[in-house]
Amino acid sequence: MIENLLFELEMAAPQVILGLVNGAFYALLSLGLAIIFGMLNVINFAHGAQFMMGAFVAWMLLAWAGIPYWGALILAPLLVGAFGVLIERTMIARLYKLDHLYGLLLTFGLALIIEGIFRNGFGSSGLPYAPPAAFNALNIDIPIMFLPGYRVWVVIASVLVCLATWLVIEKTKIGAYLRAATERPELVQAFGVNVPRMMTLTYGAGVALAAFAGVLAAPIYSVNPAMGANFIITVFAVVVIGGMGSIMGSVVTGFGLGLIEGLARVFYPEASATVVFVIMAIVLLTRPAGLFGRG
Amino acid sequence: MHEAATMTHPATGQGHLILEIRDLEAWYGESHVLHGVSLDIRQGEVVTLLGRNGAGKTSTLRAMMGLVGRRAGSIKFEGRETIGLRSDLIARTGIAYCPEERGIFASLDVTENLMLPPVIAPGGLGLDEIYTLFPNLKERARSPGTKLSGGEQQMLAIARILRTGARLLLLDEPSEGLAPVIVQQIGAMIRAIKQRGFTVLLVEQNFRFAQTVADRHYVMEHGRIVDMVANEDLASSLDRLHEYLGV
Ligand SMILES: Nc1ncnc2c1ncn2[C@@H]1O[C@H](COP(=O)(O)OP(=O)(O)O)[C@@H](O)[C@H]1O
Ligand SMILES: [Mg+2]
Repeated sequence: MIENLLFELEMAAPQVILGLVNGAFYALLSLGLAIIFGMLNVINFAHGAQFMMGAFVAWMLLAWAGIPYWGALILAPLLVGAFGVLIERTMIARLYKLDHLYGLLLTFGLALIIEGIFRNGFGSSGLPYAPPAAFNALNIDIPIMFLPGYRVWVVIASVLVCLATWLVIEKTKIGAYLRAATERPELVQAFGVNVPRMMTLTYGAGVALAAFAGVLAAPIYSVNPAMGANFIITVFAVVVIGGMGSIMGSVVTGFGLGLIEGLARVFYPEASATVVFVIMAIVLLTRPAGLFGRG
Repeated sequence: MHEAATMTHPATGQGHLILEIRDLEAWYGESHVLHGVSLDIRQGEVVTLLGRNGAGKTSTLRAMMGLVGRRAGSIKFEGRETIGLRSDLIARTGIAYCPEERGIFASLDVTENLMLPPVIAPGGLGLDEIYTLFPNLKERARSPGTKLSGGEQQMLAIARILRTGARLLLLDEPSEGLAPVIVQQIGAMIRAIKQRGFTVLLVEQNFRFAQTVADRHYVMEHGRIVDMVANEDLASSLDRLHEYLGV
């Protein structure tokens, strides 16, 4: 009896943990999308490409400049975020007065261009990026499973960054400006706040979050131009389920759906690839604004 | 000479000219809503803009704040031309705006709403002064802004622009939709801020309320200023005003 249960657990635990690690990425990526959408009203289809850029910049920093993982974790989001700022200033900012659809089309085009450039430069087979050996100290090695320390770190880092982002948005003055400008940008600007600059920095921050997730992902997945595209489809489903623009919703939904995917892999593997989209369809039919969305 | 410039100022306006609007025109997209508005306000005055629905009162305030699609003409505040400025820079010259729909933020609590507008100059009211004028705001500090009653939301919308150090306040129909006792409180509050040297441009449809607070009244029709009445001449001009306002 007990042995049976142990065996079941042994089978289930790694999948559930894998689900949690995926959930960590879903949460970070959908958080960035939610922040950008809330403030700019732009669905940032380049998010996956910016995630991939984060991983590539980490790889370049190590291979070309000898800057290790920890440096990349700070530098890559800054560099890719700065790239985001440039894109917002030169392109996206011109589209605010037009329909949402234009922002979506522009960022979708940008994603294709960025991925194309990286495929041209680095091929599509993928580059290895080894996690620092120090993470072995976090290895979890118990009878029912072995969990590499690096994956433990990914979950911790994601939870910490999501929490910090939430705190900044809900509890600080900057966050109050952000929430207010999300509701009535025109009035906030008429109070003397430079809202266009806030929008630029918000886009940069959302892009930096994607790049941070990309650096976290580099040691787990091979660094390749398609890595973002693979993720982003599921992440958009997460965003739809959580509710477009909801900060808390995207984090909770991200982790939750990662777990559900993991459980599906144990109990009904055939559904593991589609369960998220089935949930998305159900949510869209019953609560079109999403689980945490307003309206 | 311009129409507004030829109008004589009553004895009440002792201060210097703080605002001079000349031939202001404004458009929302293709629709042309202001057709040459001219008016003057002296430092320390409370001046109203009266007029029927759709006369262009809100549009005049929005045009002053740079919140219309396009505008032309001249708006000089403290001698400085603001017609070409972006709305955040207009605010930073010392003008604060309280919109008709009040603009209380649902995702901010009362204190966050109150503290949101950045301080742009010294000389604004301190928090303790604001809580003396508006005791309810202190009691409801942690409530979401939109959970307040209509009257409290109006108080909050005015209170938050008193903090910023702006010298000219644009108030769009603060009495609209409120119970008479709340309207009286708002009247008392406007007299209190006038006492402190603020200049107020007040949009109103209710001239019974307007006459309890204002020094002068401009009347708008079809996107133009059509008349100006000093408050002490109001009684003798009632017939004329009734006609303008359709009351
Ligand atoms: N956002 C807008 N787009 C187009 N027309 C508008 C808009 N806002 C107001 N108008 C028009 O401008 C005119 C003046 O409106 P408004 O300034 O709101 O009048 P008031 O505040 O005196 O009631 C009206 O004819 C109104 O229909
Ligand atoms: Mg109006």
